[in-house]
Amino acid sequence: MYHPVLPWLILALPLAGAALNGLGAFVWRDDRKLATLLGPAAVGGAFVVVAINFFAMLSAGATGPSVVHLWSWLVSGGLDVGIDLQFDRLSMVMMLVVTGVSTLIHVYSIGYMRGDPGFNRFFAYLNLFVFFMLVLVMGASFPLMFVGWEGVGLCSYLLIGFWYESEEYSNAGKKAFIVNRIGDFGFLVAMFLIFRIFGTLDFVPVFGAAPGTLQFGGAWATLITLFLFLACVGKSAQIPLYVWLPDAMAGPTPVSALIHAATMVTAGVYLVARSSVLFALAPLSQAVVASVGAATALFAAVIATQQWDIKKVLAYSTISQLGYMFLAVGVGAFATGIFHLMTHAFFKALLFLGAGAVIHAVEHAWHGTGRHGDPNDMRNHGDLRRWMPVTWITMWSATLAISGVFPFAGFFSKDEVIWKAGVLGYPLLWGVALVAAFLTAGYMARLMALTFHGGENRTFDPGAESGAREGLHAAPAVMAIPLAILGVLSLVGGWIQIPEGLPLPHVAALEGWLEPAFEPAHEILAAHGGVAASTSPLGGGELTWGLVSTVVALAVVVWIFRVVVRRRYVRADEAPEPAGLARVLYRKFYVDELYDRVIVRPLMALWRGCWKIVDDGLIDGTVNGLASGTRAVGWVGSQFQSGRLGAYILLFMVGVLVILGTLAF
Amino acid sequence: MSPVLIRIALLVSAALFAIGVVGVILRRNAIVIFLCVELMLNAVNLSFVAFSRLLGIDGQVAVFFVMAVAAAEAAVGLAIIIAIFRHYEDVDVERFDLLKW
Repeated sequence: MYHPVLPWLILALPLAGAALNGLGAFVWRDDRKLATLLGPAAVGGAFVVVAINFFAMLSAGATGPSVVHLWSWLVSGGLDVGIDLQFDRLSMVMMLVVTGVSTLIHVYSIGYMRGDPGFNRFFAYLNLFVFFMLVLVMGASFPLMFVGWEGVGLCSYLLIGFWYESEEYSNAGKKAFIVNRIGDFGFLVAMFLIFRIFGTLDFVPVFGAAPGTLQFGGAWATLITLFLFLACVGKSAQIPLYVWLPDAMAGPTPVSALIHAATMVTAGVYLVARSSVLFALAPLSQAVVASVGAATALFAAVIATQQWDIKKVLAYSTISQLGYMFLAVGVGAFATGIFHLMTHAFFKALLFLGAGAVIHAVEHAWHGTGRHGDPNDMRNHGDLRRWMPVTWITMWSATLAISGVFPFAGFFSKDEVIWKAGVLGYPLLWGVALVAAFLTAGYMARLMALTFHGGENRTFDPGAESGAREGLHAAPAVMAIPLAILGVLSLVGGWIQIPEGLPLPHVAALEGWLEPAFEPAHEILAAHGGVAASTSPLGGGELTWGLVSTVVALAVVVWIFRVVVRRRYVRADEAPEPAGLARVLYRKFYVDELYDRVIVRPLMALWRGCWKIVDDGLIDGTVNGLASGTRAVGWVGSQFQSGRLGAYILLFMVGVLVILGTLAF
Repeated sequence: MSPVLIRIALLVSAALFAIGVVGVILRRNAIVIFLCVELMLNAVNLSFVAFSRLLGIDGQVAVFFVMAVAAAEAAVGLAIIIAIFRHYEDVDVERFDLLKW
């Protein structure tokens, strides 16, 4: 029997780190020693405790969940929610990914944020984020998960608007928060429905009772899962609520790597995987999840091909990859979704950290030359491989991984996602995902060619400016080591899960590990005729399509790379606005503008109307009218009190005459 | 006394009273107003005396009360007027709105 080892410590360490660093931000403003030590140590310590628990769970061979009750939290009538932590195989994978990747990014941040005046504050937020993310994945009930869910949203807002002096950045933070609220509404409604039907909100009893309580394909199951999915759409940036994620790039780059690529945005995938039983009972919701995922994968990939901002390319790439994860969990391949979540955490964190190293280097190189420009714009980069070899090599590792080239991690996870979509009865989505995969290879090759290659064709690379070339420096060790670790993980991270169809030793470590967690869902799906086909919709087995996709992906990478590397680009501030289709893509299909016209402005007009008419007119009018009416009546009365004797006597006489007249008649 | 004489006396009384009222309303000199008040009191006295011819001695008794009160009132009133005059060097009631406070 497996007993979690020091479960509370996993949460207490990052929380204590956040508190102490937050204190440090106020007390020792300029002293960075504490945060440098404490920030990574708190998260690293949590990782160690998680790892100990992982091995304990492994050696105990535990399959079911272990719930640790810390204390009672919400007790009211039939509702009884405790601060309960769930240790099962799914949450263990998530805890390992979250704490592991976070530790690397914390270490990297020491170098990246070195010159920033908000150093201590940054680590306080980052630690707090890890705490809430762990609450999210460890919570054993919907409300506790919701606490983490909201908490990571808060930290995301704080970190996107970290450089709050810029109004644009702080607006980006607000946008993320507000768009996420739409999804949170779905989470709340889903919780209400679950409580109404099951009378409890704890995972174990709800999922245990679900197959017997909810009718397969019934209205309740569909409704609950659709509302849960609305929450996922907001948090994981899927169509139509993805618009906040590209803007979230306003935050420091380690934040983009940690929150907006590796961990927080995958919370939606985790929620669907966690609620796999409910989703398995609602085939309609599954189809919606898979379709939205596939559509997002393609849509975001198309936009990414025409972005110039290196972080925007990666942001749309993240949205696209999250689409793949939803496609996987939507078609019922929950373990594959989590697998892609894990490999994506490695290579996308690496891509962002590499992009951060590039931006950092370019910015510093310009610093001495007095040149100003956008260090994020890839037209301002070029040929950086000569100065940043570690970043260059590791970024290529991540690029090949995300493009799905054998034997990098993405090949195993992404091809598995596409394959599962094909064999589990979604031929159209299979095609869409395949096209998006090739687009992925294209935009990543473009990014690499623009940033790291190009030689003499890059006349406006930062090195061309006098003195700037000397200013370019490779990433310092504290940044390079996390890059190298993630680079290796991007290569080997996929080897824990090698499909049967390939002429390689069959490995199903992750799928086997996660099977107990998804078994109930798989049983439901199997009972209702969900049998996997053995060939793709166009025929051909897994080996054929694995070969096809890796060859095509590699071909696309080489082709786009060769095209882009030879082309000359004018530097960003002189470049004309793209024309034609490229302009539509560069403007992201005008979705932000559309939302502005269709939602933001009508709402603003409506609220303006409420403000002017209802509040100013009706409410204030009533109150102010009462006041001025009283005042007017008082003014009339006050006119009788003139203080003049003559007037008093006149009134006195009139009064006497009136009384006498009344008596007389 | 014949009813005709009583009627004449009452008419005179009413006329005096009306003159007093008009004087109090229209005049601005505090002393004149004061005199007009006295005029009204005496108009009432005339009515009392006239009615006492018809209805008995009670009216004449009331007249003494009125005269006594009028004397007291005259003392107090004149004292107030003198106080005001000392303060403002004027007895024009239009210039005072002291009763407001």
